[in-house]
Amino acid sequence: MAENVVPRVRVPRDAKAGDSVSVRTLISHPMESGMRRGSDGNLIPRQIINRFTCAFNGATVVDVEIHAGVATNPYFQFDAKVDQSGSFEFTWYDDDGSVYTETAEIAVA
Amino acid sequence: MTQTRRQFVGNGLAIAAAFFGLPHIANAATLEEAIATFTGGSDAASDGITLIAPEIAENGNTVPIEVDAPGAAAIILFAAGNPNPDVCTVNFGPASGSQMVSTRVRLAGEQEVVAIARMADGSFKQARQNVRVTIGGCGG
Repeated sequence: MAENVVPRVRVPRDAKAGDSVSVRTLISHPMESGMRRGSDGNLIPRQIINRFTCAFNGATVVDVEIHAGVATNPYFQFDAKVDQSGSFEFTWYDDDGSVYTETAEIAVA
Repeated sequence: MTQTRRQFVGNGLAIAAAFFGLPHIANAATLEEAIATFTGGSDAASDGITLIAPEIAENGNTVPIEVDAPGAAAIILFAAGNPNPDVCTVNFGPASGSQMVSTRVRLAGEQEVVAIARMADGSFKQARQNVRVTIGGCGG
């Protein structure tokens, strides 16, 4: 497990039904590409987050397949349609099998 | 065999071009293959998709990229000049509000960023933009 992996998400606190809201996510992760050499001259093995998903009340918003070309601390911004109050579930899948999750609530008037 | 200075410089340039040029050609081939894998070989129109990338990125380690493709089911991003051109594939689910995504990518050097959208009806759209990079982002 990579160290100091901290997921952070930002969703609006409230919205109107049927609105499209902007969701911003960021997770602290080194995203070691497998192309870099360490101080001993050997390649540092690849360790990245290879998949990220966001669901709202169980319905998928985005499902992202990630390769080494995504920068350190992968950031994603996208829009979600909200019809009722509920929670967003965010999941990040690490190369080493770790899974990081985060949730965020939104109140829909 | 005696070489003039001019010949020596010319040969050196040719060798350098061969050395640095070949990986580039190899990358172009893998990019076209990767695109063909995604599109199944069908043509991609260039309207109806917007790729927002900086013309000059100071730091290739983190380059902000935004893609907006109304009506897309999935968007795939490629960085043509990276050792591995795949960047990410975004699949939109039923709860997505609009088909846009914004992220940050690594670019090894000046290169073309390619975004291809697979629309809900099965057609494809693509957008390309050249990005100049001052400091490469793949750690040499």
